[in-house]
Amino acid sequence: MEILLIIIIGLLHAGGLYMLLRRSMFKMIIGLILLGNGANLLIFLLGRLVKGNPPVIEDGMKVFSDIYADPVPQALVLTAIVIGFGLQSFAIILIKRVYKVLNTDDLDELNSTDEEI
Amino acid sequence: MSNSTIVLPIIFQFVAGTILLFFWRKISVQKVLSILFSTLGLGISVWLFLLVWEHGILVTQSGDWKAPFGISFVADIFGVTMVLLSSIAGLAVSIFSAGSMRRERLEFGFFPILHLLIMGLQGAFLTGDIFNLYVWFEVVIISSFVLLTLGGKKQQLEGALKYVSLNLLASSLFLIGIGFIYGLTGSLNMADVAIKLDSLQNRGLVSVTSGIFLVAFGIKSAIFPMYFWLPASYHTPPPAVSAIFAGLLTKLGIYAMLRTFTLMFGGDEFMGDIMVILAALTILSGGLGALLKQNMGKIFGYLIVCHIGFLIAGLGMYTELAIMGTVFYLIHDIIVKTNLFMVSGLILKINGTQDIRQLGGMYKNYPLLSLLMAIPLFSLVGIPPLSGFWAKIFLIQAGLDTKEYVLIGFIVLGSFLTLWVIARLWGEVFWKNSTDLPKKADGLYFPQMSKIDQWLMVFPIVLLSGISLYIGFGAENIILLSQRISLELMDPSGYIEAVLGLKTINP
Amino acid sequence: MKSLIFKTASTYLLPLLLLFSIFILLRGHYLPGGGFVGGLIAAIAFLIHSFAFGLKETQSIIKINPGYLMPIGLVFAIGAAIAPFFIGAPILKGLWFEEPFKFIGMVGSALFFDIGVYLVVIGATLTIMFSITDTV
Repeated sequence: MEILLIIIIGLLHAGGLYMLLRRSMFKMIIGLILLGNGANLLIFLLGRLVKGNPPVIEDGMKVFSDIYADPVPQALVLTAIVIGFGLQSFAIILIKRVYKVLNTDDLDELNSTDEEI
Repeated sequence: MSNSTIVLPIIFQFVAGTILLFFWRKISVQKVLSILFSTLGLGISVWLFLLVWEHGILVTQSGDWKAPFGISFVADIFGVTMVLLSSIAGLAVSIFSAGSMRRERLEFGFFPILHLLIMGLQGAFLTGDIFNLYVWFEVVIISSFVLLTLGGKKQQLEGALKYVSLNLLASSLFLIGIGFIYGLTGSLNMADVAIKLDSLQNRGLVSVTSGIFLVAFGIKSAIFPMYFWLPASYHTPPPAVSAIFAGLLTKLGIYAMLRTFTLMFGGDEFMGDIMVILAALTILSGGLGALLKQNMGKIFGYLIVCHIGFLIAGLGMYTELAIMGTVFYLIHDIIVKTNLFMVSGLILKINGTQDIRQLGGMYKNYPLLSLLMAIPLFSLVGIPPLSGFWAKIFLIQAGLDTKEYVLIGFIVLGSFLTLWVIARLWGEVFWKNSTDLPKKADGLYFPQMSKIDQWLMVFPIVLLSGISLYIGFGAENIILLSQRISLELMDPSGYIEAVLGLKTINP
Repeated sequence: MKSLIFKTASTYLLPLLLLFSIFILLRGHYLPGGGFVGGLIAAIAFLIHSFAFGLKETQSIIKINPGYLMPIGLVFAIGAAIAPFFIGAPILKGLWFEEPFKFIGMVGSALFFDIGVYLVVIGATLTIMFSITDTV
């Protein structure tokens, strides 16, 4: 399972970076979304994967006797997903507005703020 | 009263933002309320500062979950100083924008978002949890996205796209870094992480993690290879927005760097060397960029980059004196950069352009205002005894101690470049004969504005210039403050003990 | 969308999904669910309705501008966050009523925080979605 997740994370990051390096504005946003998802899965993986052991202490015990699934990474991933949702929807609205105003999807043509002195 | 009063600044700004949301279209009510809330917020920050100055580090555990498990809020002297500075800058910008911003921009919720931005900043300065720091970062950048795009002019949208995409990338990297930290230590509380990272055998992984943090915070604070978004976007929004961005947003990145690299990755020599190199290149590229540009907003944008270099330099040298210089510079820079963009806004309002080739005759037409504007401009250069001078003295002295002679050369070069830029600006804008500017028909210029609006624009510049002068002439107090901050930062054991040991006081 | 099946289904789906979202909201403290998911489900209910009948129709059944739900939700969240402040506990500490309520179960300050999140999420999602569909 770990190996599979690692491969998926690697693919997500590779795909995200590839998309970021394209010249299209729309593909750039897709790239950022893929990178964000890769990061979320990474947190999930680094919190150790444990199957079938919820973090509940049994009756009569004071501490965990067995290895248990860590709930913190799930909370982190959830928070990160929620934040990512907000940021990405803002970014999508923004590129739509940019496309309407500037009438281009090509990042190379978005250089008027740099070019003039 | 319990320690939990230390989150009062955050809660206050949150309440202020929410109350302002209820007055969505009533701009004049929002103006009055916003200035009132900012003043009260400043009062709260001063109170908190005095409390921490007297009693030392205060800690509260939100939700009553004990230290390494819950989210701790920590008010150490560095954090509350930053809270105080952000309140001052927030008050200045709130007053300035009440006077200068156009109605159609204010209608889309400028003031509520401004307060939520300040809330995010203060939360970031007070939190003791690395993931919570990420959350506050996101609060800040979402608010800044909205502020940056308010009005939706062509230039603004284009600048915003660059700003948004780079910041999203930085957030992803920050998140990856947090994942690594959690994987290595199984904790997110910065004090707890500091202890656990210290005892870790695999130093390579720790270095890699700190490198990821350096890149993530480096993008946010615009250090050398990652600074291109800043001059491309900071001149596009109205000057009031640029002012708050220039004063506080890049400095948030610096704050996070100072916090993580002293507390969690303290004294990593390899990263220190990298930072020194990056600092030198940042100073060089920012200074040269500022020389090249003719638009005042862009010049100031490049100057921000240039002076970020000084801050990184101090962190890279990593001695007590160097950190002290950095902190002093940070205090000076927040006030001056906020002021600088407000000055550029005032010049824009008077003349209708920011192109220094077309500007001129400011000194002849407005002698008193020009003298006022001279204070932030020459504080920035660091002409003794104005505020920038002292900070550079400490940085150079620290450089001599650690034998970083090349870096000293770059710091001196950066100061000269700044001097050159400001001298050129002064000559072009203030001393050159005025030229006939084409007047825009719909534009509202400074002389036609009502007396109240004029005062609302000038007063914050007076306020911040006064503080700048105080930092320069009352330098001994600021030195005392930055000395104490650098002592706490260089020896984090007090911080760790306060967070994990749960010291309480009854103020 | 002009499909008759979709239109008929969505008239029944709207109340069902809204009820389901409240159910999800209430069970969220110990079981899967909570304010965020509940808010999303409620927002989706309105979205499905707007796909079937158009934006105007949906706005007319919501009556108020969804943007106003955000400050109201924030007030709930702030209230729940600073309530422990007044009895001298650290902020965000969970306070609970002694007795369980009928149908709902135990009620604590966490529920009010969740209600705040629920309202903010509905407000934010609908504002975003309406502003996207408005200009298409």
